Amino acid sequence: MLVAGPAGAGVFATSLIIGKTLLRHGHYVFVTNEYPSLIRGGHQWALVRSSPDEYIYSHRRIIDIIIALDRSSAFAYVGRLSERGIVICDEADCAPAQDPRVKPLPLRRILKELGAPPVALNTLASGVVFGILGASREIVGSVIRDQFAAREDLARLNVSLAEKGYELGVGLNTGAFPSLEILGNGEERLLIDGNSAVALGALAGGMSFFVAYPMTPASPILHFLAEIQRDYNIVVFQPESEIAAINMAIGAAYAGARSMVATSGGGFSLMVEALGQAAMTETPLVVVEVQRPGPSTGLPTHTAQGDLRFVIHASQGEFPRAVLAPGDPYEAYLLGFKAMEVAWAFQIPVILLSDKFLGESYWTVQQLPQMTPSAGSVVRGEVGGGYARYRITEDGVSPMALPGTRGALVYANTSEHDEYGQGSIDPSVVKAMQEKRFRKLPKLRAIAETEGVKTYGEGDRAVVTWGSTKMPVLEAVKNVSSVKVVQVLWLEPFPVDRLRGELRGRPFIVVENNMTGQLVSLIREKLLVEPEGFLGKYDGRQFEAEEIEDFLRKKGWV
Amino acid sequence: MSLELYDTGKRPVWCPGCGNYGILLALRKALAELKLSPEEVVIVTGIGCHGRISDYMRTNAFHTIHGRVLPLATGIKLANPKLTVIGHAGDGDAYAIGLGHLPHAARRNVDMTYIVHNNMVFGLTTGQVTPTTPRGVKTRSTPFGNPEQPLNPVLLALASGATFVARGFSGDVEHLKEVIKAGILHKGFAFIDVLQPCVTFFNTYQVIRERVFKLEEAGHDPSDLESAMKMAMLSDGRIPIGVFYRTQAPTLEEAFSHAMNPPPAARVPSPVDLSRALRRFR
Ligand SMILES: Cc1ncc(C[n+]2csc(CCOP(=O)(O)OP(=O)(O)O)c2C)c(N)n1
Ligand code: SF4
Repeated sequence: MLVAGPAGAGVFATSLIIGKTLLRHGHYVFVTNEYPSLIRGGHQWALVRSSPDEYIYSHRRIIDIIIALDRSSAFAYVGRLSERGIVICDEADCAPAQDPRVKPLPLRRILKELGAPPVALNTLASGVVFGILGASREIVGSVIRDQFAAREDLARLNVSLAEKGYELGVGLNTGAFPSLEILGNGEERLLIDGNSAVALGALAGGMSFFVAYPMTPASPILHFLAEIQRDYNIVVFQPESEIAAINMAIGAAYAGARSMVATSGGGFSLMVEALGQAAMTETPLVVVEVQRPGPSTGLPTHTAQGDLRFVIHASQGEFPRAVLAPGDPYEAYLLGFKAMEVAWAFQIPVILLSDKFLGESYWTVQQLPQMTPSAGSVVRGEVGGGYARYRITEDGVSPMALPGTRGALVYANTSEHDEYGQGSIDPSVVKAMQEKRFRKLPKLRAIAETEGVKTYGEGDRAVVTWGSTKMPVLEAVKNVSSVKVVQVLWLEPFPVDRLRGELRGRPFIVVENNMTGQLVSLIREKLLVEPEGFLGKYDGRQFEAEEIEDFLRKKGWV
Repeated sequence: MSLELYDTGKRPVWCPGCGNYGILLALRKALAELKLSPEEVVIVTGIGCHGRISDYMRTNAFHTIHGRVLPLATGIKLANPKLTVIGHAGDGDAYAIGLGHLPHAARRNVDMTYIVHNNMVFGLTTGQVTPTTPRGVKTRSTPFGNPEQPLNPVLLALASGATFVARGFSGDVEHLKEVIKAGILHKGFAFIDVLQPCVTFFNTYQVIRERVFKLEEAGHDPSDLESAMKMAMLSDGRIPIGVFYRTQAPTLEEAFSHAMNPPPAARVPSPVDLSRALRRFR
């Protein structure tokens, strides 16, 4: 199902109302969107896919129902319409309709008769869809009431509009679409986006301090956390720049708060100097980088996976860090939590690498499990005399006392320093400190080897991918048993042995949302093997499953 | 409390006669007289000669990167408002690379003290021009004389809405100590520009000594913003020191009272009930 129209017409709201209605029927749902970087004007669309019995990973080219909220939308996507497909539009927008699948409806007329504002066109039209699908009127009503929970009058109006549309839809249904049944599991499931899931994961991991300067597509994390800050007693703050944001987060973490920042590539560029500071001062820090196509300002509202090598190498000097890339909201939640835990166990910067497609699309997720954060390497209560912030230990992690602790004076130093934090240029101290920091690596690497790779299915050939590109890949090979999908979740440290094990003997190809094949280059460097093929994409869009299918077909793999 | 309490015992590496010694002494005296224990104080320092002060102060400290003292200190204070947070920056640190943070720290009124060691030159990088170097002065990067108009930090702080604005002189330790004490006691953002001669690259001791006068003695009313502005713009060659302006306003921490019980820094990680936040995704 595709909703398309001008910015401001409620395209996304409509897609979420439809998505939630399907979710509450017990369906697997997926919602994704595309919009230009404009506040007013400009065309946007949102796509909803659902199924009663099959997990929906991603979008496809073929569409069954198009809701067109203006004239250009009414004709723009007809080429993608399925045989049984249908286009719902106002009579003024889609007349003259040569294609029988295009259904001109008196939508605006109805709005006028009911005294509803023109923007309510979307609710009326989604009502038509619900009628066609034979959705439960009760569920439709509850979703709309929840959507307009803040305004009772609007809720009432929209419910009645949806009902009006519903009648129209019932009249339209030619039996092409089976009637929606209510399956028993709609209440448990969530329809959630990657951005919110990352935020919730970090929250579960004890995050109490979040600072961010707005940058699409990471801003929804800021909006979401700002909204719930009072429910969870956390500090959520927007300072003057990304530079300020990351430094505030580092200050807060030094004081003892589990802190996080979120941004996109451009903002991350500004944060890079302070990333090194977090490393040098061994201050735990979580940075969420939601990628968009670059360089520079690039395509603000589109998607890419072009920052992999950048975040792995960002900042001068050498230091251990972790780079984790979730591929779906469930993983975003788990890795948001994990990032917090790893940062505070190892006192290192952890980067969560997401992207616009993951951040702003919605997938069905079973319950998010409750998790218990561990104490990390913080020592509380009184500390014995002679406390040394950078005590050289066997595993490289020093006990982290917090300023204000009796008996401890905590000296964090971004210049090279001795065990007490005192500045030092003594070659033996410099060497010892660099080795101390890198002594964290073996344990960190062990986690990467255990948790850093996921596989789907078996098969004597493999498709290797990372991040959200996993979803269209899984969609593409859903019915192919000869292909195993291998997803790399820990990009740094790189799970070399595990990946080698998973690929052993198998020819493999790599699919990623960039031009140069950055995962390919990592595999080449770390495993000394070469893929049989590489499918990249760099037009700012996530793959459609069909593109991957075509590639596999050309390779003779399917 | 004795001054040794705040002494790490490390011998400063500053040039003999450097103005930083006076600031170090005034700071120790101020803390001692306010009876602040080293554990409750955090010194945040930037990169430059001034930044070495954290090696010599026996308190908690964070020696941060060049220009980022203010956001770093803000993060500390917001995470744990119980701490007494004192930032130290050089004039290059504060007014060149870090200037973007100053007006925001001032208007946001975090409860901290910001002491700028203003020697009107880059010290650590061996004598280049800074935003406060007077016009015409020859430095290593302006061998033909500084072509730029210096900026007026006190006026800038006032214009940004700082709730405490002062100037001190490291050659008058007793007076500086009082100014620092007043800054620490002030609830909100206390901005203190300290004239700190760099004997090696721009020795201004004599000129400053000849020209300074104390605002307290001149009958200046620190609650009068307009007269504070006038004093900041004084162009007759005299240099006022002391408190220019002082007022009360809500602090940034107060806006986050929902998160302060206990403050973020004092939280022991524990399971979080997400059910409320999850409702919107059903
Ligand atoms: C990002 C960055 N740029 C440049 C430097 C080099 N640097 C070190 S100290 C300094 C200027 C110091 O001048 P000031 O802040 O006035 O301090 P002072 O040494 O005079 O106390 C510079 C430019 C640096 N450390 N980091
Ligand atoms: S160079 Fe100047 S500021 Fe630095 S220590 Fe020497 S006198 Fe002091």
